Amino acid sequence: MKNDIVHLDVQDISLSFGGTQALLNVGLDVYQGEILAIIGPNGAGKTSTLNCISGFYRADRGDIFFEGQDITRTPTHKIAEFGIARTFQNIALYTGLSTLDNLMAARHVHMKSGMLGCMLYWGFAHRENIEHRHVVEEIIDFLEIEHIRKAVVGALPHGLRKRVELGRALALEPKLLLLDEPMTGMNLEEKEDMARFILDIHELQNTTIVLIEHDMGLVMDIADRISVLDFGRKIAEGTPEEIRDNPAVIQAYLGQEY
Amino acid sequence: MAIQRPAGEFDFSYAYDMATIRRRWQWVMLLLFLAGLYTLPLYASRSVVSLVNRIGISIIAVQGLNLLTGYTGQISIGQAAFMTAGGYISALLVNNLGWPFPAALPVAALGAGLVGLIFGLPSLRVKGFYLTMATLAAQFIIPWFTRQAFPEVLNGAQGLNVNVPVIFGIEFNEPGKYIYLTLTTLIITTVIAHNISRSRLGRAFVAIRDNDLAAELLGVNLFKYKLQAFFLAAVYAGVAGSLMAHHLRHINSETFNLVDSVLLLGMLVVGGLGTNLGAIVGAIVVEFIIEGATLSAPFFVELFPATAAGMIQALRPLFFGVTLMLFLIFEPRGLAHRWQLFKAAWRLRPFSH
Ligand SMILES: Nc1ncnc2c1ncn2[C@@H]1O[C@H](COP(=O)(O)OP(=O)(O)OP(=O)(O)O)[C@@H](O)[C@H]1O
Ligand SMILES: [Mg+2]
Repeated sequence: MKNDIVHLDVQDISLSFGGTQALLNVGLDVYQGEILAIIGPNGAGKTSTLNCISGFYRADRGDIFFEGQDITRTPTHKIAEFGIARTFQNIALYTGLSTLDNLMAARHVHMKSGMLGCMLYWGFAHRENIEHRHVVEEIIDFLEIEHIRKAVVGALPHGLRKRVELGRALALEPKLLLLDEPMTGMNLEEKEDMARFILDIHELQNTTIVLIEHDMGLVMDIADRISVLDFGRKIAEGTPEEIRDNPAVIQAYLGQEY
Repeated sequence: MAIQRPAGEFDFSYAYDMATIRRRWQWVMLLLFLAGLYTLPLYASRSVVSLVNRIGISIIAVQGLNLLTGYTGQISIGQAAFMTAGGYISALLVNNLGWPFPAALPVAALGAGLVGLIFGLPSLRVKGFYLTMATLAAQFIIPWFTRQAFPEVLNGAQGLNVNVPVIFGIEFNEPGKYIYLTLTTLIITTVIAHNISRSRLGRAFVAIRDNDLAAELLGVNLFKYKLQAFFLAAVYAGVAGSLMAHHLRHINSETFNLVDSVLLLGMLVVGGLGTNLGAIVGAIVVEFIIEGATLSAPFFVELFPATAAGMIQALRPLFFGVTLMLFLIFEPRGLAHRWQLFKAAWRLRPFSH
């Protein structure tokens, strides 16, 4: 599983918005096949970190390497081609599409039909649709969302939408999966399901996972390592046991009344 | 995690699941309907045939707008400008260069598409309201161009008389004949629009509409696909413009104007944005309502003093405006959505909900 190859290397990135310093010299080494959790109080810069990695924000300073390649200035739409997929803190599904089409839409980088091919459809585009439908159906089975396959996602309850969003990220067949609070707003049962899915993805595909989560119990259970951010700085990093007893972490969280 | 199934079985079932028409009776219905349309000149009056012909052309323009506005979410009030481009190009090819109409139509469509591309360029930098303004610019610049540029070719504000299409010696010089050109083209444009919506391109369009940030992070090149949407919308407009110009046998800078652009957008709203059915139904309903304004003019002239022509001029926008208002209040998602609900309820009969 986890080994010593650095899969994602975030080197001292800084990011500010006007007066707010969202990130200051944040560095992360994410090893191939590990689950790294990023925790920290509200506004600590967790989402900003993911946004920089996925190319949605551009770090003011610092570099980001994925599999040894510099992706700091890669155009946003090219990040997916590297095999980096993510979910969003505030679900960002294609609300007007069905579960199935949300996942099919995420096959974009793996499909090849061009404009003319799609207009003519019969032949290649049709075969391609069927081919990729297989992949998508496997994911649907895996996430146990067969019953909402054809449902328009905008109308689904929160917990299911979170699950569909995970499915959409999986449809990219990512090597690195970035999950921004995949369990917020869920009840206990839904959280346990989600935790099980994350562990299964990790186990079956050996996907490297970076996970932001507020639920400490869950984080301690599923993460290999934890990085702690506070006010845009990394204040601690280590195994769950090390983090549990780290005075700086306790301080940061007590300050926020956790 | 390969699926261990007999070869072919899954292929069959997914292909079946994705098929548009699954039952034989649906094919029969469709063919009967098309046969009814194609034989229309045999049993319907000239004015009905003429109306159907006009509706067919409007549908094509709305289908294009639907790709851009309905699927990709880029609101355009410049569709009529691209019809102007298509109409002029087609007229010049047929009149001046002696091209046969079946060759001029697709080239005019491509030409309009390229013009559409140019006006789609601002989508690199701006979106939403500002992009809509860029499409409005097309609505001013293109007609201005036809009035001012190359007067010896484009003939200024007077515009051009456009030749009647001649194919294999047949002159398509009256609605009863022209309708065959319109219907045949319409079938092709409908099939293509449907194909786009069910393949990679259509899903990329909708992804941009529903969540452009997520779409980009999932690998959709926003600029590229927005440009493709602008291109395709203008290609459809070019087809419609060419058909209309050769039908009217005349084109000038005002033949397709801002009001038409707004009408086309209204048709899409009435039918339902982002559905292939909506583009068709919306154009039909709005054209009928406008026709209703014409037909009811004599009745209103009895009530209010006015000339019949003046009354028609007054009633058309009024009828259209009221229809649009009513739809926005009572059926904002359009008729196609209502049809979906009805179908869903029908499948569950006799147990509703
Ligand atoms: N687009 C933006 N514009 C302005 N400020 C921003 C933007 N994005 C983030 N920030 C600021 O950067 C800081 C870090 O925000 P970020 O969303 O990364 O926090 P977070 O750790 O994800 O918090 P939470 O747990 O609430 O999700 C905050 O002060 C936030 O207000
Ligand atoms: Mg956050």
